[in-house]
Amino acid sequence: MTERISRSDVAHVANLAHLSLTDDELEAFTGQLADVLDHAADLEALDLDDVEPMIHPLPLRNVLRPDVVGATSDRSEVLACAPSVEDEQFRVPPVLGEAP
Amino acid sequence: MSSPVETTAQNLAADVRSGARSARAVLEEHLVVIESRDDEVHAFNLVLADEARASADAVDARVANGEDPGPLAGVPVALKDNLCTRGVPTTCSSRILEGWRPPYDATVVERLVAAGAVVVGKTNLDEFAMGSSTENSAFGATHNPLDLTKVPGGSSGGSAAAVAAGFAPLALGSDTGGSIRQPAALCGVVGVKPTYGAVSRYGLVAFASSLDQIGPFSRTVADSALVLEVIGGHDRRDSTSIHEPAPDLRSVLDRGVEGLRIGIIEELSGDGLEGIAGDVRARLHEAAAALEAAGATVATTSVPSTVYGLSAYYVVAPAEASSNLARYDGVRFGLRVDAPTSGDMHAATRTAGFGDEVKRRIMLGTYALSAGYYDAYYGKSQKVRTLLADDFARAYEEFDLLLSPTAPTTAFPIGEKTADPMTMYLNDVCTIPSNLAGHPSMSVPFGVGDDGMPIGVQVLAPATGEPTMFRAAAVLEASAPPGHPAVGGSVTGPTGGATA
Repeated sequence: MTERISRSDVAHVANLAHLSLTDDELEAFTGQLADVLDHAADLEALDLDDVEPMIHPLPLRNVLRPDVVGATSDRSEVLACAPSVEDEQFRVPPVLGEAP
Repeated sequence: MSSPVETTAQNLAADVRSGARSARAVLEEHLVVIESRDDEVHAFNLVLADEARASADAVDARVANGEDPGPLAGVPVALKDNLCTRGVPTTCSSRILEGWRPPYDATVVERLVAAGAVVVGKTNLDEFAMGSSTENSAFGATHNPLDLTKVPGGSSGGSAAAVAAGFAPLALGSDTGGSIRQPAALCGVVGVKPTYGAVSRYGLVAFASSLDQIGPFSRTVADSALVLEVIGGHDRRDSTSIHEPAPDLRSVLDRGVEGLRIGIIEELSGDGLEGIAGDVRARLHEAAAALEAAGATVATTSVPSTVYGLSAYYVVAPAEASSNLARYDGVRFGLRVDAPTSGDMHAATRTAGFGDEVKRRIMLGTYALSAGYYDAYYGKSQKVRTLLADDFARAYEEFDLLLSPTAPTTAFPIGEKTADPMTMYLNDVCTIPSNLAGHPSMSVPFGVGDDGMPIGVQVLAPATGEPTMFRAAAVLEASAPPGHPAVGGSVTGPTGGATA
């Protein structure tokens, strides 16, 4: 059986998902995630070695559309949705280090 | 002449097309009902009264010009607030999208409007459609219009409540694990989850892309058939869209079920499944008897892997959600909480913008996809989907349709299940298998429970089996015992303690 999810696992996962948790939240979420994963443990008893995973519910095949020029979204309309814009680009805080 | 808020979408459209009623008058009657009761129901995040008046007037102008505005001429429709509407806020009931105005319409919205429908508002939901009670909304819970102390179900609870309360004869929702069918059952209305790919998902804010489908709510089976004919069919902007036109559903509604073989799913309805209430089981067996009386052969059958549905779902759906919701990072749309670096800004924005249930599922999904756990959880769950599809395929060799309860109980009290996520998740045990397999299913109101609240019966069909499914639904509708007296638009009828 897979080991029960720990507080440090949840802290790690929160970090991967860009979420900050308080100590109380970490405690509560750890218990709740463990409950759900415990429920999912009934899958472990299944012998699924010879079963193919379902990638898509229907047997659709990928197709390519003809490469023709068509209407696309208006740039100014798309940029108008953003919290911060400069020179027709999305503006974000510094990615490496802090702003001078 | 019955009041517009008590009649069907089909009748309203016929009256508007013939000029017997104006779209504007129909709209105003519905706006009065919304105004009188939505403060207590809270079905809507946003009522679009002015925009709706302009659309209704445009429909009337076309009728005056001798044009045909379409099969939904002047019919008010409510849209779940995770369907994109151009220039109109689309929040997913989340702080993280507050103020966002999409630069485009969802395909279903385009098609409804092209058919003459009038959009009256955007309905409340569990944040990003994650929930079964519409309590996980950043803007407050929706109440069941039949008893305000109860939940309407979820996640499309606002849409179900809007139809049950007579705010609109039609609404659209989305269904990832039961989010249309379960609230339809709890509010006493019809709700349909179509075959995966039957309705375009373009413009539906993604939760779990391999499970999500858009579908209708209505008071009658025929109205849902009409909506699916309008919104269904291929859309080149959704790569998972089926390459076929929408099936003709209204023409099959009177064909009955003579000769159809219908199987009751033992695992989802027998005495063995914990949590299915006695009154729900009783209505299911009465529904089966009604189908038998109408000429179908009915037998109990086993679909063994349905018992693993819940476990597989609560791995697959959060996994896909964790990936889909990575886009909310404060850069391109919605909320931004400023911080000195981009990394800190992402975390501050997501921490402030998402509610607890969304955070829970993002973390669950991130965990299930992370190194060392992928095979144990996500890989295994995807294999369970194959197992389930194979089991269904075997059942459909013997049966044309399957039957089960829609939800384990009638509507439960607000606040009862919010403290324990796993208890809440159990609400979806009967509806999840259809999403995992990509099959259509629908909930049809069939009488009430011991508490007087509505009960729904679920009809399941194989992929693209909607025409046969609707035949059985029409028979169930015609033979159903009396439903809740308030469904159908009465705003003064007896609706339980809190509404009196």
